[in-house]
Amino acid sequence: MSQQLEDASFLTSKLDEAIGWARKYSIFQYPFVTACCGMEYMAAACSHYDFDRFGAGLPRFSPRQADVLFVVGTISHKMAPVLLRIYEQMADPKWVVAFGVCTCTGGFYDNYATVMGIDTIMPVDIYIPGCPPRPEYVLDGLMKLQEKIQAQHSKAGQQKA
Amino acid sequence: MMTNADLTALLKERCPDAVRAAHSWRGDQTARINRESLVKVARTLKEDPAFQMDFLMDVTAVDYLTFGQRPPRAFFPSSGVDVAPAPEIPADTPWPGGPEKERFVVVYHFYSSSLRHRIRLHVPVEEKAAELDSLTSLWPAANWLEREVWDMYGIRFKGHPNLKRILMYEEFIGHPLRKDYPVNQRQPLAGPGAVKRSATPSAPAAHSKGSGDLETREMLLNVGPAHPAMHGIIRLVLKLQGERVKEVDVEIGYLHRGFEKMAEVVDYNGVMPYTDRLNYVSPLINNMGYSMAVEKLLGLNVPERCHYIRVIMSEISRLSDHLTCVGASAMELGAFSVFLYLIKAREFLWELVEMVTGARLTISYCRVGGVKGDLPEDFEDRCQKALEETKKVLKEADALLTRNRIFVDRMSGTGVISAQEAIAYGITGPFLRASGTPYDVRKDCPYSVYDRFDFDVPVGAKGDNLDRYYVRMEEMRQSIRIIEAALKTIPPGPVLVDPETGRPMAAAEMVDSAKIGDIPVIARAVAVTDPTLGGSARPQHLGIAVEEKRVVLPPKEDTYGNIEGLMRHFKLVMQGHGVRPPKGESYFPVEGANGELGFYVVSDGSECAYRVRVRPPCFAIMSALPRLLTGDMLADVVPTFGSVNMIGGELDR
Ligand code: SF4
Repeated sequence: MSQQLEDASFLTSKLDEAIGWARKYSIFQYPFVTACCGMEYMAAACSHYDFDRFGAGLPRFSPRQADVLFVVGTISHKMAPVLLRIYEQMADPKWVVAFGVCTCTGGFYDNYATVMGIDTIMPVDIYIPGCPPRPEYVLDGLMKLQEKIQAQHSKAGQQKA
Repeated sequence: MMTNADLTALLKERCPDAVRAAHSWRGDQTARINRESLVKVARTLKEDPAFQMDFLMDVTAVDYLTFGQRPPRAFFPSSGVDVAPAPEIPADTPWPGGPEKERFVVVYHFYSSSLRHRIRLHVPVEEKAAELDSLTSLWPAANWLEREVWDMYGIRFKGHPNLKRILMYEEFIGHPLRKDYPVNQRQPLAGPGAVKRSATPSAPAAHSKGSGDLETREMLLNVGPAHPAMHGIIRLVLKLQGERVKEVDVEIGYLHRGFEKMAEVVDYNGVMPYTDRLNYVSPLINNMGYSMAVEKLLGLNVPERCHYIRVIMSEISRLSDHLTCVGASAMELGAFSVFLYLIKAREFLWELVEMVTGARLTISYCRVGGVKGDLPEDFEDRCQKALEETKKVLKEADALLTRNRIFVDRMSGTGVISAQEAIAYGITGPFLRASGTPYDVRKDCPYSVYDRFDFDVPVGAKGDNLDRYYVRMEEMRQSIRIIEAALKTIPPGPVLVDPETGRPMAAAEMVDSAKIGDIPVIARAVAVTDPTLGGSARPQHLGIAVEEKRVVLPPKEDTYGNIEGLMRHFKLVMQGHGVRPPKGESYFPVEGANGELGFYVVSDGSECAYRVRVRPPCFAIMSALPRLLTGDMLADVVPTFGSVNMIGGELDR
């Protein structure tokens, strides 16, 4: 009996890992591009640095079809409700990447107009600092996100989470 | 040719009871007029053959509430660190354009494209009756500009067709650019402490009324603020009849991040990084415009070599801007490979920019009175290579687009605007030139060393999207021409040699000499400190920055090498010191990638600018967008919007 159980859990955990593997290499991102960081986002997505090598090549402009929300650029208070609505429309499981200092902490726009970090209004999985982050940073952030996705599908990762 | 007529005297003659005072400072002519006569004066300026001011370039305001009493400077207002009040600035000779008994002064900038002269109007308004007559009947350009003044300062405009907030949201209470509005007082709409928001986010009133709309054949279509075809964030509400656009409402301000307010709380050089993020596709042009405005205020002229460096870097910026614009609009019409090619070329240019400035995009390369470092040793070769690559890419793009039936068909005949109308909207740059008016700040009001280069100003004939594409393509070729010419003729900067041995000396070596007491070496030699930038290993102060000690930071070699340099550095970076232009104001236009990019700076003699206003070129174009789209088909919205080259940072600041 106990042997059977163990076999079953071995199978499900293997299956789970496989799902994690599949998920991490088929990222459909929603680029929420607002400002200067968008230029580096473009550079990272285009042929020179090529996001596609990491299975994240296809941006989806419908939040319903996306699973990773890239928040790229300053979020003002005027924009915040829109961003929140897009986040809410995304189906689970979903991840959020804060791209650039503005989205991480508010950056140096410490004034009446801007949100001081998007984590004040929504959960964030990966922070990519830099103003704007170099494409290499972006790729690094992307790989970290993939690790995180994979870890969420392994026993150790689940216990941690 | 530029006329040097005394415009203010002439204005006094034409409208004797309107002009309260007039002065000319640093070459800018200013008339201060009574607010009752604003429309009359404006009409005179527009229609009188001696003025012929066809452009209303800018409308803004200055709040003189705290002029001369230095506001506490705080780099990070939210950190809660108290900044001790600095001593009062001694009242020096009063500047004639300074404050009066009224709290606000509304500032108008006019330009005449035929006579090539400018005039500035000051219209003082009291706080209690903060109202002026609107100029919308004379220039449609006034529409958005006046809305912004209302939004930021709470000054009303009588007769304005639609005076509502433009950059901030409806729920916002107060006017952020007033001096008594704290810089970090937030009014969030989402998250903790959110203010209540009406159910439909600021639906334009003109369109939302009447449920009867459903009965008719018209349809409302909402595009944005987050939409794939809108690169940048902006909201269009289109009223459609079938496929035809009948009415358009444009809502902007989603990227408003308080540039002008931030510029009042940091020192003059501290504004530089914020200027990078205005038009973030061509940050160097913004850098240059801002530093030249401050230099005008200071009465400084930078060395030749610095001018050349700035010109070269500006043209590289213009190239990368046009590449992005053409690429993005091609992509939106389905030509994705063109986009990839053009971004590839941009990558070559950015590597070049990175080599010079240390960063790819947000570069902060200029300083008041100079630039951060000299060009690196092998710049010329690498630049030439990058330009060759760019030329190749331009050829490819040309082949892929100019003979592309789909592209040409969708671009031609759409988004048409005549030159006259474009001018009335205050449109400048490639957009205006495509309509046939060759106004280019580099040619018409030459600044820096642009008058030394041979280049053509391409103009279009029809003023449609296709013409704008042609103009941008040709401008890139002309920019390459300017860069090549500038590289050939750039005057050499002095080469650093040790007067004794003829070789540069490393910093560590110098410190060692100091330790063993070999002082004379330090006195005479210039050490080379660890360069963080290719070009900063060269002696900066001699060739590329002005000699004025109260303005330019000494090169690092001096800062670390002798006590005078250290003191000078210290004095400039310490709070309460720094660059301090005399009381006054200046407006400096440069040719941005989208048109006339003007910086208007007011100084009260302290180390923070009292007011920094930027005239964003794409603001004017965006204000004409309803006019451009109306009457076209729905599918034409995309190419027309693409040809505007809207840059959020510049538009919303
Ligand atoms: S992090 Fe920097 S580059 Fe990115 S959006 Fe903010 S200001 Fe722009």
